[in-house]
Amino acid sequence: MEHKSLVSIDSLSKEEILRILRAAQYFEQNPNQKILDGKIVATLFFEPSTRTRLSFETAVQRLGGRVIGFSDPAATSTSKGETLKDTIKMVSNYADLIVMRHYLEGAAQYATEVTDIPIVNAGDGANQHPSQTLLDLYSLYKTQGTLENLTITMVGDLKYGRTVHSLLMAMRHFNPTFRFVACEELRMPEVYRRFCEKNNIPFTEHTDFNQAVIDTSDIIYMTRVQRERFSDIMEYEKVKDLYTLRNSMLETSRPNLRILHPLPRVNEINRDVDDNPKAYYFQQAGNGLFARQAIICRALGIELPVK
Amino acid sequence: MNTEKKELAVAALRSGTVIDHIPAAVLFEVAKLLQLENSTCMLTIGNNLPSKTQGLKGIIKVADTTFPEAVMNRIALLAPEANVNVIENYEVVEKRRVELPDTLINVVRCHNPKCITNNEPMSTRFVVIERNPVKIRCSYCGQVH
Repeated sequence: MEHKSLVSIDSLSKEEILRILRAAQYFEQNPNQKILDGKIVATLFFEPSTRTRLSFETAVQRLGGRVIGFSDPAATSTSKGETLKDTIKMVSNYADLIVMRHYLEGAAQYATEVTDIPIVNAGDGANQHPSQTLLDLYSLYKTQGTLENLTITMVGDLKYGRTVHSLLMAMRHFNPTFRFVACEELRMPEVYRRFCEKNNIPFTEHTDFNQAVIDTSDIIYMTRVQRERFSDIMEYEKVKDLYTLRNSMLETSRPNLRILHPLPRVNEINRDVDDNPKAYYFQQAGNGLFARQAIICRALGIELPVK
Repeated sequence: MNTEKKELAVAALRSGTVIDHIPAAVLFEVAKLLQLENSTCMLTIGNNLPSKTQGLKGIIKVADTTFPEAVMNRIALLAPEANVNVIENYEVVEKRRVELPDTLINVVRCHNPKCITNNEPMSTRFVVIERNPVKIRCSYCGQVH
């Protein structure tokens, strides 16, 4: 039985991504099964993340597995100065799989090097959060029927937004067109613009979130513009409302358009969008359960009746 | 005439290692990388010597010492054009260019304070992604240096 850690979205081939998405689709149709009977999954959250932890733990329990772990490192030996290596080695004696979130970048990669059991990265600092990317991809796949040839508009904080960077990199297999809508301070970093150029991915950049951009998009991926990202608070005040999506802006949009957001949302999507059938962010979060069921089964080498 | 003198100076080492063609600007960084400040061997360090290909170059001679290949190759990070000559009995018995390996283990530290390698007792690991100019990527946090 082959097991596979999942540390970074870049490590997945196109075929592996599609296999995970097909598995997620299978779990959406059959969410409750006993295929993890007898398995113990450790969820080690060295920094709190209620949403991600609950989603992973629900995924395990709906498949009949059991969960051990912690959500508050203050109550563990980490607070006594135990190294990550020692914690991982200790937990490896008890669990079949470790799902971990850590505030340090590269922690999940290091964990894979000190244990023989699979590791699933549930976020390592500002670095990687592959299960979020896979649930985003599943949301695209589900709402558009394909991942190929989509026009994706990313809006808001494109500089620090880990989710937009990972999604951009994962989409390189699927011939996308990107629109980057952000103010100068939060512009898509050069490394990702170069990545697009290198992979022949067409993109345009906009400081104005205008109707033409909205009306030609298949997906609008909104992100939160955070006050603390600005060195000049006046600059924040100037731009904070420029990247807010309102229901009236969607009137002439494409019928297949869906609005995504990694949540939590603050002001960047007006509440009046919530009832529009094109608003998809709550379902998107729900898709996390199926994507994570697929990720867990892949990690444990469990065969599923999907191609 | 000058060239002969320089060659004579290199050959004058009875045995040891001569590292030549170090760009003048990084000579002292190379010396630091080799931890020469702690060496008790006879050392000759020359800098700002004219070079046909490099403008100004530096040279380091360390008597009675040979360095492991891995240590020599670390120099490639700073001075990719450096030459290493191993001398025995006044003869050059080995002459080669330093070579940047594909992976650098425990050679440099990651600049990212939030990288796991700066917070856990462990080795650093970088993958060389570009050679000219040298660009390396941390295998843990992904930062490019």
